[in-house]
Amino acid sequence: MKYEPVIGLEVHAQLSTASKMFCSCSTSFGAAPNQHTCPVCLGLPGALPNVNEKAVQYAIMLGLATNCEIILDSQFARKNYFYPDLPKAYQISQFDRPICEKGWIDIEVKGKTKRIGITRIHMEEDAGKLVHEGEDPNASYVDLNRAGTPLLEIVSEPDIRTSEEAKAYMEKIHSFVTYLGICNGDMEKGNLRCDANVSIRPVGEEKFGTRTESKNLNSFRNVAQSIDAEIARQTDVLLDGGKIVQETRLWDANQRTSRSLRVKEDSQDYRYFPCPDLPVVLIDPEQVNKARETLPELPDQKRDRFTQQYALSPYDAAVLVADQAIATYYEEVIALGADAKKTANWVTVELARLLNENKQTIRECKIRPPNLAALLALIADGTISGKIAKTVFEEAFTTGKEPGQIVEEKGLRQESDQGALEKICLEILQENQAQVAAYQGGKDKLFGFFVGQVMKKTSGKANPKLANELMKKLLGPA
Amino acid sequence: MKLYQKPIHTLHQQRLAKEVTTEEIAQSVLQRITETEQRLGSYLAVEQSEAVMERAKAVDQQLQKGEEVNPLAGMPIAVKDIFNIKGQATTCASEMLKNFIAPYESTVTQKLLAQGYNLVGKTNMDEFAMGSSTEHSAFQVTKNPWDLERVPGGSSGGSASAVAAGQALAALGTDTGGSIRQPASFCGIVGVKPTYGRVSRWGIVAYASSLDQAGPMTRDVEDAALMLEAIMGHDKNDSTSLTATPPDLMASLRQEVKGMKIGVIQDLDLSACDSEVQRVFAENLETLKQGGAEICPVSLPNLQHAVATYYVLAPSEASSNLGRYDGIRYGYRSPEAKNLGEVYQLSREAGLGREVKLRILLGTFALSAGYYDAYYLKAQQVQNLIRAQFQKAFTQVDAIVSPVTPTPAFKLNAHLADPLQMYLSDAFTIPGNLAGIPGISVPAGFTQEGLPVGLQILGGLLQEEKIFRLAHWFEQNQTLSPPPLAL
Ligand SMILES: [Zn+2]
Repeated sequence: MKYEPVIGLEVHAQLSTASKMFCSCSTSFGAAPNQHTCPVCLGLPGALPNVNEKAVQYAIMLGLATNCEIILDSQFARKNYFYPDLPKAYQISQFDRPICEKGWIDIEVKGKTKRIGITRIHMEEDAGKLVHEGEDPNASYVDLNRAGTPLLEIVSEPDIRTSEEAKAYMEKIHSFVTYLGICNGDMEKGNLRCDANVSIRPVGEEKFGTRTESKNLNSFRNVAQSIDAEIARQTDVLLDGGKIVQETRLWDANQRTSRSLRVKEDSQDYRYFPCPDLPVVLIDPEQVNKARETLPELPDQKRDRFTQQYALSPYDAAVLVADQAIATYYEEVIALGADAKKTANWVTVELARLLNENKQTIRECKIRPPNLAALLALIADGTISGKIAKTVFEEAFTTGKEPGQIVEEKGLRQESDQGALEKICLEILQENQAQVAAYQGGKDKLFGFFVGQVMKKTSGKANPKLANELMKKLLGPA
Repeated sequence: MKLYQKPIHTLHQQRLAKEVTTEEIAQSVLQRITETEQRLGSYLAVEQSEAVMERAKAVDQQLQKGEEVNPLAGMPIAVKDIFNIKGQATTCASEMLKNFIAPYESTVTQKLLAQGYNLVGKTNMDEFAMGSSTEHSAFQVTKNPWDLERVPGGSSGGSASAVAAGQALAALGTDTGGSIRQPASFCGIVGVKPTYGRVSRWGIVAYASSLDQAGPMTRDVEDAALMLEAIMGHDKNDSTSLTATPPDLMASLRQEVKGMKIGVIQDLDLSACDSEVQRVFAENLETLKQGGAEICPVSLPNLQHAVATYYVLAPSEASSNLGRYDGIRYGYRSPEAKNLGEVYQLSREAGLGREVKLRILLGTFALSAGYYDAYYLKAQQVQNLIRAQFQKAFTQVDAIVSPVTPTPAFKLNAHLADPLQMYLSDAFTIPGNLAGIPGISVPAGFTQEGLPVGLQILGGLLQEEKIFRLAHWFEQNQTLSPPPLAL
């Protein structure tokens, strides 16, 4: 039997507000344990929450960007459960009245656009962390620096059908939150994390199968790999005549397998109820209008503009806009007079390759937009060839030196002097008389050999166009 | 009359007239505590006498220099042990918080500090404010100063007995279902539950967050006005605190009762009340009539469901609010616990009292999947109905009066075995919390046995001025002949 996967994602985005969701403690990373705490985020008796308006603003922005309805009277609710990293024994979240509902985003897979529904986006606070290393090896320690950090949970409709779509969706959410500047999107640090709900059903069946939830997928690759593994696991179970158990599974990225964390019967009753410490979150429609007007250019809009304004292929444009920092970098190079298409090539191919190989972000890259613009100018005016430019580029990437300086220091300037080049060509013909005879006898494929020799003799610096012309003239017809 | 028997505003006038010093006032109260505390048990912690005298002396020095001094400055005031006072224990009369030292100050005590109040001690209460007799304290039993075999009421019983006995000139309490008004009535003092949100909840240990409200417990209505004016007002730390301009209570005290329309709830079955309570209430109505007030019947048909509604909503919130007492970060942790599950189970089993656990169970059940709609949601709907009915009633009348409680103070241990009977003692006060409206309990008479009985005056939302006006007039125009205290 053939099965069809049904996938829905729950994405948690940690908001980049300066302070926590319900108190004024800092959200900054890396402080000593429990330094960024106060009576509120420690859950001390008598402490009360106070909503961070910035977080509400961020939720509205993401809601608008994902075509959601903004709920003008949403409500905070308490999710009750016991865990040492949860100081109040409840998480303040939103339950039946989230701040955003009924949205969608478009994703592109294999050149096709697909619309994925967004069920809801709600605000909540993060928990603290358990640390299992310290003086006492048998003890666990609680660090509440992260407790109370604002999160948005973005819940998709079960519209996703493949791991590729899931990855594309996740990438899209990533680009949205980073474009909006509401989350720094560092998945390794857990700024953006994803739980995947996966079920399978026979093709053509309307009803959903029993689903499992895979927790804490912290990279695009993990999202895709865990989903593929889960689809395969569920297919095996069903083909073997088994039944899927509704459960939460934990993905092990190293082993590339998942294991059951808890089955549904053990799942908790969170006893949600409206948080009595917080009034209804009233949003002025004017605030929503204003947010709509001041929304920055989003990836899809930017992609469309790039294809029009710079005559790029939709593919190149999509690659450039996937990361806002790259798109900005690209436009900065263009602004310095570089050719739009050639710049796109350099950014999406050479630069992307080096960044990837060196695990660098564009912000860390030593080749800044003026450097790349200068390099492109050197190619354009014939100072260096495209091939030499790659050497210069790699050098600049490592050292951060000006491309012009590298060309001068290493004597990489292109040889475009007709007299000097002709002299070299003649020498080559002199040294390879047998090949000359063969060529003139009709073996015209040997032409490349002669040009190659010119390049070799000039260490690649010969102007390739000129070398071609001269050789053609000196050899005569084949 | 001893100094400790006088209201703050009188003592303040006297010290301005140089008839008395703040030191003498403080000395009188401290002396009274020494003489009576053994028998009464109002306090869980009493301040060092030196510290109290020091603060009193500082105020006298200000007076001597001719500096302006606040009426509350230097006056010995008690605080229910549910308010955080920085650097002091906040036990909530629970084993769980026995060793919990508050690292921050509640807004209410901060505001009293700004007035220069003189803290004398922290008072006993029902554990986590759950109870109506103060018998649910994990540490001690507090007695009623009028009859040492009776309860002072609760949960703010320690505050009530302290003020009634002259162990403090005034006290702070909290009221979730009647916890200020009921003990005030049992002990023959004035107690005010303000409109929900008038007084900040920041730093007050939560029982049922949507109902909890702090208020003053004082010797007379004018002192209550002084205290409430000092503690109310918007607080950005409490998102449920109101931004409405605080009323001028002192001004309201100068007004007549003539022309006021006063509602009597038809749906309240007073025949089930103690006969003496009925008699006193009838006399109270007569007094009001003679003052020129118009007595009008008002209908609040859903009031009969108030107690049931309260005992779904309050425990639901409590079950969530008290989850934090898990033995992890602070509070009691069972030394027997060998793993995480046992830390939770054993610590909460031993650290929390019976009544607290009973309410946590009730609330956990009411919020559980499958029961939420039938209990919590239904209770919220009834609460909305009660609110709406009060709102309608207050378009017809200026205030609503009733007895505070169906009976005067009951005997110690009388209801301990029967929680439902205990819960009914709050039947007349609970509606005020459910509706969020202000209420005041004023001494209204004495039973033949010599026990105090109070009159409850409820007002519309934010109508504190009206209930203070009525309460003050009533206080000044009735004749009370109190028997002597039992100590
Ligand atoms: Zn904090």
